[in-house]
Amino acid sequence: MGERLAIDRIRCDGYGMCAEMFPEGIELDDWGYPILRQGVIPDGLLPLARRAIDVCPVLALRLVNAPARPPSTSVGRPRPVESAPRS
Amino acid sequence: MSAILEATDRLLAGPSPAAGSESLAAHNVRLGPMPRVGSDMIGTLERSGLLGRGGAGFPVGSKWRSIAERRSGPAIVVANGAEGEPHSSKDRTLMAARPHLVLDGALLAADAVGADELIVYVGADHRAAVVAMGRAIAERTTTARLPIRLVEAPVAYISGESSAVVNFINTDDARPTGGPPHPRDRGVAGRATLVQNVESLAHAALIARHGEDWYRSAGRGPTSGTALVTISGAIGIPGVREIDYGTTLGEIVAGAGGATSDIQAVLLGGYFGGWAVVGDLRDLSLDPALLADRGLSFGCGLIGLLPVERCGVWATSNILDYMAGESARQCGPCIFGLGAIAETTRRVAAGGAAPGDIDNLARWSRQIVGRGACHHPDGAAGLLQGALSVFASEFHLHQQDRRCSRPAATAQGVR
Amino acid sequence: MESLLWYATRGAGMVSLILFTAVGCLGMLTVGRWQRPGWPRFLTAEFHSNLALLSIVFLAIHILIAALDPYTSLGLGSALIPFSSPYRQFWLGLGGVSMYLIAAIIATSLLRSRIGQRTWRAVHWSSYAAWPLAIMHSIGTGTDGGTAWGLLLVGGCVLAVVACLTWRIAATRVARARIDAALPARTVVS
Repeated sequence: MGERLAIDRIRCDGYGMCAEMFPEGIELDDWGYPILRQGVIPDGLLPLARRAIDVCPVLALRLVNAPARPPSTSVGRPRPVESAPRS
Repeated sequence: MSAILEATDRLLAGPSPAAGSESLAAHNVRLGPMPRVGSDMIGTLERSGLLGRGGAGFPVGSKWRSIAERRSGPAIVVANGAEGEPHSSKDRTLMAARPHLVLDGALLAADAVGADELIVYVGADHRAAVVAMGRAIAERTTTARLPIRLVEAPVAYISGESSAVVNFINTDDARPTGGPPHPRDRGVAGRATLVQNVESLAHAALIARHGEDWYRSAGRGPTSGTALVTISGAIGIPGVREIDYGTTLGEIVAGAGGATSDIQAVLLGGYFGGWAVVGDLRDLSLDPALLADRGLSFGCGLIGLLPVERCGVWATSNILDYMAGESARQCGPCIFGLGAIAETTRRVAAGGAAPGDIDNLARWSRQIVGRGACHHPDGAAGLLQGALSVFASEFHLHQQDRRCSRPAATAQGVR
Repeated sequence: MESLLWYATRGAGMVSLILFTAVGCLGMLTVGRWQRPGWPRFLTAEFHSNLALLSIVFLAIHILIAALDPYTSLGLGSALIPFSSPYRQFWLGLGGVSMYLIAAIIATSLLRSRIGQRTWRAVHWSSYAAWPLAIMHSIGTGTDGGTAWGLLLVGGCVLAVVACLTWRIAATRVARARIDAALPARTVVS
C-alpha cells in the first residue's frame, strides 16, 4: 500500500513549480500544466513529492493512498474504430 | 422540427407523445397505481441489468445501492433531465409525454435510497418538458410523502454533469466541481445525492411494476431492455424513438423515413461519442456492449447521419468549436488543450493547415484525457481521435494539399 | 552602551524593512510567474518563504531591543499593545499592527497544510497592509527618518514595491487575456 499524487484540476493554475521539484513524477504539458505519472511513488522519492506539494502556491497537490486509477475516460469511451478511410 | 416516430411498447407505450403530456389519472389508469416498493427494489434493479441512460451507462442498481448503504442521514434524489447534448431530445420528449413515469421512478429511488427530498432538474429552454413536469409535480404534491421541486437548468453542454447539477442547485453556479467529495457522498445541501437520468428513472418505474424478467425480455443481444434514441442529420423523419437494444442501424434508419442522401459516417452517442463509418455498419447493432467492443459508444442514444455531401473535417471542426466554447474554463488542459485542438482543427478545415498540425492534434488529444475536473476534455479528445481515423484521407487532403474534397458544401454554409 | 542598543534597534529595524521589502517583491514575482530561461521558478517561491523567516529574526531583534532598552523605557507593553506607548504613539503603534499581521502571515504559512488554502490566502493578502504600515512606522518613528540616507533607503524600498506591484498587476492581466483568447465564444447549435 503506497501513496500517489492527486491534483485538484480546478485549483491548479499552471505555476509548474511542482514539476521542477519532482521531475520524476510530474512533467508539464505544452501549456505548463502538470501531467502526473501514474502509480505509487517509490519511498525514496516521497520527500520530493512532499516538497512539490508544499511549493505549490495554490495547494493543488495532495498525497492519497494508491492504487491509482488509470487516466479516467468515460465508460464506453474506448479506442476509435478501425475503418477503411473514405474519400 | 423533430417528430415522434413510431414507438415500441414500453416507455413510449400508450397515447402518442404528440398528444401531449399524460395526466396522473390517465397514467394510473393505463399502468395501474404505483406499487409499493418491495424491500429488494435495488436487488431487482441490479438483476435487471438496467444501465444508466445519461451517457455513461453505469448500472442503476449499483448506483442506488452505494448511496443507500454509504449515506449518513437522509439522501436527496435529483431527476436529471438537463440533456445538454444539443441534438439529443429523448429526455425532454420523455418528460413532456410521460412526466408521471419519470416521477414514479424518482419516488421509487427516493424510497430505495432513503431520500427525503426530490428535485427535478430540467433544461430551462425545454419549455414543453418544464411545463409538463411542473404540472405533474403539482398533481402529486398532495399525495407525495416528500417535497418535490422543479429546478430549471441553464443552457449549457455540461449543465447535466452530476457535480455541475449539484453545484447549480447549491450555488447557482452550473460548473462542475470535480471532487472529492462526489455527489453520492456530499451533494445537494451537503447530503448524499443520487443524480439519475430521467430515462433511467422511467425504466425503473416500469421494472417496479413488471419485474426484472419482463425488462430482460427485450433486447436482442448481450444488453437487455429498450432505450430511447434520437436520430438526426440526413434522415427523413428525425426525432426520438424507442428501440430494443440490438436493433441494427439499418433498421432504425429505415424506420425513420430512410436517409435523405448517401451516408458517409454516423455520429454515435453524441458529441461525447464518436464517428463510425457507415459502409459495413448498416448491420451495426445498437447494443452498448457490442458497440464498446468495436470501440464505439452508445452514449445518450444520439444517432447523427453525416451525408456524403458534407466534409467530415469541417463537421468535426464545428463540433470541436462548440465543445471548446462550452468549456467551463476551470482547468488548464481544457482551456488551452481543447482550445488549441479546436483552433487547429478549424485551421486545417479551412485550408490553412501548418506542417505538423495533424501530429499536434493527435498528441494533444492524448494529452488532455483525464486531466480536467470533469470528462468534457475526454469527450472532445475521443471525438477527435475517432475523426482522425474515420476521416483519415480527408484530413490528409486538408493537411497536405490544404483543400477540401467538398468545397461546394462549405460555400453553401453547410459544412 | 545606551547608544549601542539605540543604534542596534534602528539598524535592525532598517534591515528588517529592507528584507521584508524583498520578501514582498519575491512574493509578487512568484504570483505573477516571473520567469527567465534556466531559472527554476520554485527558487523564487522558496527565496520568498526562506527570506521571510530570516526577516522575522531581524524584526524580533528590532522589537526586543527597542522594548527592553532602558534608555528608551518603552517596555514590552509598548510592543505588544499597539498605540499604548506615549513616545510617538501613533507611528509606533502602526509598527505594532504590522508586527501582528506579519506574525499571522508567518504562522498561517507554517501551518498552511493544516488550515487550508482559503484561510491561508485570506491572511496572506494582509501583507499588502503590513508592508505600508511598516514603511509609515519607520518614517514616523525612525530617528533616521529625517536623514538623507534614511529617506533614500525607504524611497528605494517603496520604488521596488511599486515596480513589482505594477508588473504583477500587468502580468495578471496578461494571464487573464491568454485564457480568454484560448477558447472560442459559446456558439448556438444549429
